[in-house]
Amino acid sequence: MKRAAFGHIGFPILLLLPQLVIIAIFFYWPAAYAVQSSFYAQDMFGFTSTFVGAENYTRLIDSTNYINALNFTVIFTVLVTFFSLGIALLLAVKADKVIRGAKTYRTLLMWVYAIAPPVAGLIGVMLFDQSRGNITQLLAFFGYEYRLGVNYWDTASAMIVVSVWKQIPVNFIFFLSGLQAIPQSVREAAMIDNRSGTSRFWDITFPLLAPTGFFLLIINITYSLFDTFGIIDTIVKGEPGNNPLTLVYRVYVDGFRGGDLGGSSAQSVVLMVLVLILTIVQFRFLERRIHYT
Amino acid sequence: MAQVTLNAVRKVYPNGAEALEPSTFTIPDGELCVLVGPSGCGKSTMLRMVAGLEDITEGEVSIGDRVVNDIDPADRNIAMVFQNYALYPHMTVARNMGYGLKNRGMDRGQIAAKVREAAEMLNLTEFLDRRPSQLSGGQRQRVAMGRAIVREPDLFLFDEPLSNLDAKLRNQMRIEIRALQRRLGTTAMYVTHDQVEAMTMADRIIVLSNGHIEQIGTPNEIYEHPASTFVASFMGAPPMNLLDAEAGQGRVTLPGGEVVPQAGVNGHTGAIKVGIRPEDVAPSAQGDLSFNVDIIEELGAQRLLHGKMAGQDFSVAVPKDQEAATGEMRLALKANAVHLFDADQGRRLG
Ligand SMILES: Nc1ncnc2c1ncn2[C@@H]1O[C@H](COP(=O)(O)OP(=O)(O)O)[C@@H](O)[C@H]1O
Ligand SMILES: [Mg+2]
Repeated sequence: MKRAAFGHIGFPILLLLPQLVIIAIFFYWPAAYAVQSSFYAQDMFGFTSTFVGAENYTRLIDSTNYINALNFTVIFTVLVTFFSLGIALLLAVKADKVIRGAKTYRTLLMWVYAIAPPVAGLIGVMLFDQSRGNITQLLAFFGYEYRLGVNYWDTASAMIVVSVWKQIPVNFIFFLSGLQAIPQSVREAAMIDNRSGTSRFWDITFPLLAPTGFFLLIINITYSLFDTFGIIDTIVKGEPGNNPLTLVYRVYVDGFRGGDLGGSSAQSVVLMVLVLILTIVQFRFLERRIHYT
Repeated sequence: MAQVTLNAVRKVYPNGAEALEPSTFTIPDGELCVLVGPSGCGKSTMLRMVAGLEDITEGEVSIGDRVVNDIDPADRNIAMVFQNYALYPHMTVARNMGYGLKNRGMDRGQIAAKVREAAEMLNLTEFLDRRPSQLSGGQRQRVAMGRAIVREPDLFLFDEPLSNLDAKLRNQMRIEIRALQRRLGTTAMYVTHDQVEAMTMADRIIVLSNGHIEQIGTPNEIYEHPASTFVASFMGAPPMNLLDAEAGQGRVTLPGGEVVPQAGVNGHTGAIKVGIRPEDVAPSAQGDLSFNVDIIEELGAQRLLHGKMAGQDFSVAVPKDQEAATGEMRLALKANAVHLFDADQGRRLG
């Protein structure tokens, strides 16, 4: 990369300043505030706060609710990531066969990327709606009374299905462009070397998709952990009751519904550490193993 | 080892474009046959149909005594070398070379032995554990060659394998590929748009233009008796001079009245094309043809004189030890220097 010549260090800093200010105000300051308040307990009305040391953290470890949410989050993340990646990959491979060389199809499929995620999430929730949802009615037809927001497993499965559904288009587009980036001649060389299409996929295509796959893995884990908040909120409607909750949603429920800002901050800090670890893993691996060119 | 036969093979792409008109020829066992022609003339299409990477619209392709139209590429016992090498980026050189053998169920020891043997032949032994990204262009090309060799195929297919290399390496690899093919005695089809590659490597050349075969012949036949003005101007560098002329009364006359010597016209009359290679004329005070030199191009071993003959572009190649100056000069023809073509179709006459 070429180094632009600036006469003085002050000018580049000036150019970066707006961005730095935004980052500081909206990211670092709240983060620092969360760390700070995780060591304090606030009274019910939020007038006074007392330093309590690590008590907010030890309370978390002792809380069955929190451990349940942790367990559910892990299972939820694994399932959502696995299915949204798996289904998207399958679709992308099928689509790639059809649109090799045909640019029009590709453009058509790209549109999905622009419109699908929010709409899909909304439609997904509507499908599971207690009174009018098509899936609810379908299950009722088969004699199963589906009770979203009441039955733990019913709610959990709806959360997972809708989350998977919402994420598939994003993964699909990335996988598709990953597939399209594999040179035609490499596929053809493989066709001459290996008769079996399935074995070609696992020997050639899949390893060449690994950089895309790994990137998506991180994106999907992050998505499952954080960006599913909206879906869970739409399903749970702020009434945790007996419902499964993810860690992020618990932060909201405990902090804003339960008024336990200290405990909620401690939970946020735990999540921040989690993100930090994910980021480090991502950089470590992405920079190393999986790049070929 | 096998001969390759195309019987009225035609290709129409789904978009309706006819990339190859029905073509018929046989490549005898052990020969290196070069498909040459300008970009887009259908060379790759032909090669890819033989490889099985492209459907055959009509006709039959046989390798050995087996019609392969409906046989999977992996079962045709061929090996292909691509222009951009098409190596598997995530595999080491050794695994790249051994991948095809592994899929045929060969045991590991045997694969390793074959890969080592091919690597020695191509000076790749020290690179066997590297990834393609850690190799230079020439080395990658060698690996692609190695991958083809280890399979011990009936037929090698090359699609412009040297086009991505620099000129010096290209010359060197050209000779290497040729020597290797001779040594192994494997039939080969070699696609290139470079007429020098075609002339130097081929046992037999197939000249393609716009989806049809213009001429099939040995390099010598193609050079000495080009079947059309297309072949005449495509094969040979600098290209053959083509002059508009008139045939009549048993002779060929250039505009301006000069008579072209050596031209027997077999009763042809009217417009005609006269072909003369730049190296088939020499400056001579008693020469039959007048030539006006505009530009002198120094090529080292020879000089090219560019100018006009009978008002039309004309070039002459002279050895470096021969003096040359711009302006009027006279040219004499060497033996058998004149090629005649009909003016409409560009077909060779006589
Ligand atoms: N997949 C395809 N679909 C439609 N037309 C094609 C396709 N591949 C090649 N062609 C056309 O067929 C002609 C011959 O192509 P090709 O065999 O690749 O030429 P060459 O290898 O001689 O440069 C060209 O006009 C090209 O545009
Ligand atoms: Mg080509």
